[in-house]
Amino acid sequence: MRFLFKTDYEDDIKLFPHSGYLYSYGLLIAVLLVAPYVLSSYLMSQLVFVCIYATVGVGLLILTGFTGQASLGHAAFLAIGAYTAAYLQQFNVPFPVYFLAAGLLTGIVGALVGFPALRLQGIYLVIATISFALIVEEIMARWESVTHGNEGMRVKTMQLLGTTVPRDGPTFYYLCLAVLVLTIVGTLNLLRSPTGRAFVAIRDSETAARSMGINVALYKVKSFAISAAITGFAGVLFAHKLSFISPEMFTLQLSIEFIIVILIGGTFSLHGAVLGAIFLVMIDPFLTYLKDDMPGIIAGVAATLGAGKERAGHIQDAVAAFASANGLKGAIYGVIIVLFVLFEPLGLYGRWLKIKLFFQLFPLYKRATFKRQKIYVKSERNR
Amino acid sequence: MLDFVQQLVSGIALGCVYGLIALGFVLVYKATEVVNFAQGDLMMLGGFFAFTFIGMMGLNYWLGFAGAVICMALFGMVAERVVVRPILGYPQFSIIMATIGLGYFLRSVAGMIWGTDDLKIETPFSQGVLRIGSLVLAYDKLSVIAATVILCALLYLFFNRTTLGTAMRASSENMLAAYYMGIPVKRVVSIVWAISAAVATAAGVLLAPITFIHSNVGLVLGLKAFPAAVLGGFGSIPGAVVGGVLIGVIESMAGFYLPQGWKDVAPYIVLLTVLLLKPEGLFGLHVRKKV
Repeated sequence: MRFLFKTDYEDDIKLFPHSGYLYSYGLLIAVLLVAPYVLSSYLMSQLVFVCIYATVGVGLLILTGFTGQASLGHAAFLAIGAYTAAYLQQFNVPFPVYFLAAGLLTGIVGALVGFPALRLQGIYLVIATISFALIVEEIMARWESVTHGNEGMRVKTMQLLGTTVPRDGPTFYYLCLAVLVLTIVGTLNLLRSPTGRAFVAIRDSETAARSMGINVALYKVKSFAISAAITGFAGVLFAHKLSFISPEMFTLQLSIEFIIVILIGGTFSLHGAVLGAIFLVMIDPFLTYLKDDMPGIIAGVAATLGAGKERAGHIQDAVAAFASANGLKGAIYGVIIVLFVLFEPLGLYGRWLKIKLFFQLFPLYKRATFKRQKIYVKSERNR
Repeated sequence: MLDFVQQLVSGIALGCVYGLIALGFVLVYKATEVVNFAQGDLMMLGGFFAFTFIGMMGLNYWLGFAGAVICMALFGMVAERVVVRPILGYPQFSIIMATIGLGYFLRSVAGMIWGTDDLKIETPFSQGVLRIGSLVLAYDKLSVIAATVILCALLYLFFNRTTLGTAMRASSENMLAAYYMGIPVKRVVSIVWAISAAVATAAGVLLAPITFIHSNVGLVLGLKAFPAAVLGGFGSIPGAVVGGVLIGVIESMAGFYLPQGWKDVAPYIVLLTVLLLKPEGLFGLHVRKKV
């Protein structure tokens, strides 16, 4: 096991605590760079979605994970980013300009949402963000002169520096990857700055943060604005990837999906956003696999176990019927969320840390290290 | 003027349904500080149970109603035991996510079992109208209002006059202290969930003649019931019903007098305004944390 001795402040806030980080992340970047030449076009498309979802996840983590302000309205910020891009594109505004404009506008809207949110806590904040998202959704559907209402808007192929960037080409993937990496690096830098530490202080105890001289209101609004702006950037990429946007894409369902991303990945570290995004985006290919291959495999197993040919056929039909049942995806989502909250509250990244620690401490690992303590309900009404 | 009264009554009836769902939120919140996002889905499930008993098995309406309520009360207990109890006391956000997950699961499973069509239950209130002068009031709407008033009165008496009700309030204030006082907190919490699921079922069955039952009805109405509960200040039983009625009336008036599209957002705009001016809701308690 490696022991890190920190002798000064600079050591404590290093982005790469030791050389192992450089090698492993370098390798990861290299793998991601050659991915377009290896993977199938379907998987590449899923990978682009992973990048977009992970970017939103990072944005949401700043707000929910690090500042402790729950939001079920991030689909609205994504929508504002996407619609800004689609609208400005009509006037032949170049990509870099509308990309930044979308982020700026979403950031401003985020700050505006942050102001009323200042006085709200817990459940009230959740409801307020849901209300905000529903209102934005309705505006998208009704403001027809700008958004074309429920007909939706077509997003033209991206023009970057005089070249065309098709939405399923490798260049678009590199662009999404670059946005994700820049967002992560920027967020890491933010989190080790006084601003980031103020966010964490507010999350841990608002009262304590205030008594340490932190301007809670200012930092909450900042957190909302930054989180919204990042989501807005992701929204531009989202619009280009889908090439068509309409209000019914940005529903509460999508906001919940973003929360699932950080919940499954782990809300205490940026790794969580990426792992969660991979998990969420890959559910779809997995379900397709389940639908196409599972019935045959199970029938084959049944046949080798001694079931007759007719019996195996019945089993195959039954499994196929189950796997293609309407709403199976929703049920799987539900079960996954509940299981993660109950049994893996630290998410996938928490599990990874546990596995890592197991090998580092082998054979001295104790399960009790991560055991949850018994907690009794104490009224939050008296906060 | 007649239109106005007509809209008012249908708004109040709709609002009573929101109020009943909100009542379920508030009951659970009062007792355990848990915000149950699956409350609307419990209502949906209750409606489907009632449909199974009345529509498919051909039972008497009241018998089917009672059967659905009992089944759902048991279901509420099971849901509490399996999903909520292990994480009781953890950050509210985790609990909200767990109940959202439960809601997803219930919606999909109900869709798989009962299909995605709109279902209808025949009730004694389905047909017929009450005429007062030139005012025409449908029985189905009046039945919702009457049932809400009765349920509220019963719950109010239960919480304020019975030992069990007092025990519930005590365990919500401080669970550990309640344990020390000899209150069987776990059983109390189970009972609260049973009551809340039963209230949700009542809402679902009463609603059946007005809106049909389908697997997404819980989500749609649950999202309206939330503003109702928040408007009344989470944790106040009369507040939930008043909030529900307010939301219902606002929605119905906005649908009638304002251009299309306002109907769906008006409740949320009102909610945001109220939260801006009075973050604890209309009937909420404002207490500062001691450090």
